[in-house]
Amino acid sequence: MESVTKRYPDGTVAVDRLSLEIPDRSITVLVGPSGCGKTTTLRMINRMVEPSEGTILLDGADIQQQPVTTLRRSMGYVIQNAGLFQHRTILDNIATVPRMLGWGKHKSRARAAELMERVGLDASLGKRYPYQLSGGQQQRVGVARALAADPPVLLMDEPFSAVDPVVRKGLQDELLRIQEELGKTIVFVTHDIDEAMKLGTRVAVMRTGGRLAQFAPPAELLSDPADAFVEDFLGADRGIRRLSFFPSAGLELTTGPVVPADAGAERIAASDAPYVLVTDAAGRPLGWSDPRDLTAGDITPEGLLPYGRPFVPGTDSLRAALDCAVLSPTGWAVAVDTDGRVVGVASQAAIGEAIRDAHAAGRADDARVAP
Amino acid sequence: MNVLNFVNAFFSDGAHWHGYDGIPQRLLEHVRYSLLALALAAAIGLPVGLLTGHTGRGGNALAFIATAARALPSFGLLVLIVILMGFGLLPVMIPLVVLAVPPILVTTYEAVRSVDPSPVDAARGMGMRESRILFQVELPVALPLILSGLRSAAVQIVSTATIAAYVSLGGLGRYIVDGLYQRDYEKVVGGATLVAVLALVTLAVFWAAGRLAVSPGVRRR
Repeated sequence: MESVTKRYPDGTVAVDRLSLEIPDRSITVLVGPSGCGKTTTLRMINRMVEPSEGTILLDGADIQQQPVTTLRRSMGYVIQNAGLFQHRTILDNIATVPRMLGWGKHKSRARAAELMERVGLDASLGKRYPYQLSGGQQQRVGVARALAADPPVLLMDEPFSAVDPVVRKGLQDELLRIQEELGKTIVFVTHDIDEAMKLGTRVAVMRTGGRLAQFAPPAELLSDPADAFVEDFLGADRGIRRLSFFPSAGLELTTGPVVPADAGAERIAASDAPYVLVTDAAGRPLGWSDPRDLTAGDITPEGLLPYGRPFVPGTDSLRAALDCAVLSPTGWAVAVDTDGRVVGVASQAAIGEAIRDAHAAGRADDARVAP
Repeated sequence: MNVLNFVNAFFSDGAHWHGYDGIPQRLLEHVRYSLLALALAAAIGLPVGLLTGHTGRGGNALAFIATAARALPSFGLLVLIVILMGFGLLPVMIPLVVLAVPPILVTTYEAVRSVDPSPVDAARGMGMRESRILFQVELPVALPLILSGLRSAAVQIVSTATIAAYVSLGGLGRYIVDGLYQRDYEKVVGGATLVAVLALVTLAVFWAAGRLAVSPGVRRR
């Protein structure tokens, strides 16, 4: 997008001299408060809104050069309430664009069935009508419909904001998985900064008046916000959020306070920590206890303090590790491997050390870690 | 004699069942006038209603025309037109069409305009042409309401088509007009009963059309 402006006849400027280079095969998120022009910007890409000034280039060619319907058919479009056609079955909804492009009925339906599977919908829903589906399922259909003709570009306008947080998280994870498989160029509009941070390869923060405040990868936004507006928009817990981008692999773990349930008295006594983590025979955590309350040979899970939620070093971020430590009644975070076996525990002090190390290492690792 | 006796006497008289003044003949004429008037009214009301509903423009003008048309008394209009144009089928069709266009036009406009905007936005965004959006996205969803407009127009036409008899045409109004003139109340009541039954049959036809034409996804069952 080169210096694009949208001015309405009444003089309102929705988007003001916006220049943006949207990278191929990645998710670009437009985020900002309501009225910042993010939706207008998105809708200018498929010419649902025509810019007043400036040009938008797609693979080097001005989008004004081709017929508007051709342009739109080459871009998937997903909107907030899914916008399904209530008189058509789910399969026929998904098959809409292939049918418009002149595919046969059979081929279109087969393609629709394939997409239902890809977005995680049961094939039995194909013959249903939209009103018989939940909001989350409808939104999956919306995504499947947009992907039906395999467009290189996907435009998504607050697609997940009308569903509840649990369903939203599922849809976000699904989108990341689909993106990993398909590698589309996705432009995603949201007002939810957490969603932007989670999904965006790059995030464009826009401010009221349709101006671009900052365009950067999420970790960079958190470490170097361009100005007070961006900093404010990122929220008060920017520092904590940033920990999401610090890997927990370097965190120093200790196995000193970890004792198996069948340990002898001397093993319990050998751990000089104020609390010990008791594990079962397979090495899975059972709970914390004061070592003085433990009687060798007679340890039952009932008398133990809960251990909270463990984290997986290397997979989870330092944010997850810190969260575990804060939630744990003893202040120690429990680290487990992917099978749930304890590999060690980390103190808040050790996590603090790791955070200082990560800061010292300079800019955060770009590799994205699930928050 | 009460009304039921009139009805009984009228329908059991064998002479009323054949000939040019027989029930089948008059019924057929009445249905013909009604269908013709409904077809003409729909030919005017549906396209204008669909187009204005789709674009969202002209709503105020429509409401004004519809109110004005409703205020015209059908019978007075008929007399006026016959005076101007003489006898014939056309002078009868004009008041019937004037009667039927407003409900068709206004409900069609409202039906299309009240379609949820998000599927329309989605359709436009996926590159659907405007005509296709109207016929494949808006119309199927607006259909139940459009049918209800056609239905009330049809019922009004069926009951008002009796005025054709005043200007020497046929139809079930013949029994009512002739009966009143001849003080043959049996005939009047019989004719009125037939009109009422035909109106009920019209309702049934539209109910069946709704079942067949409206998608289960819109009917929600």
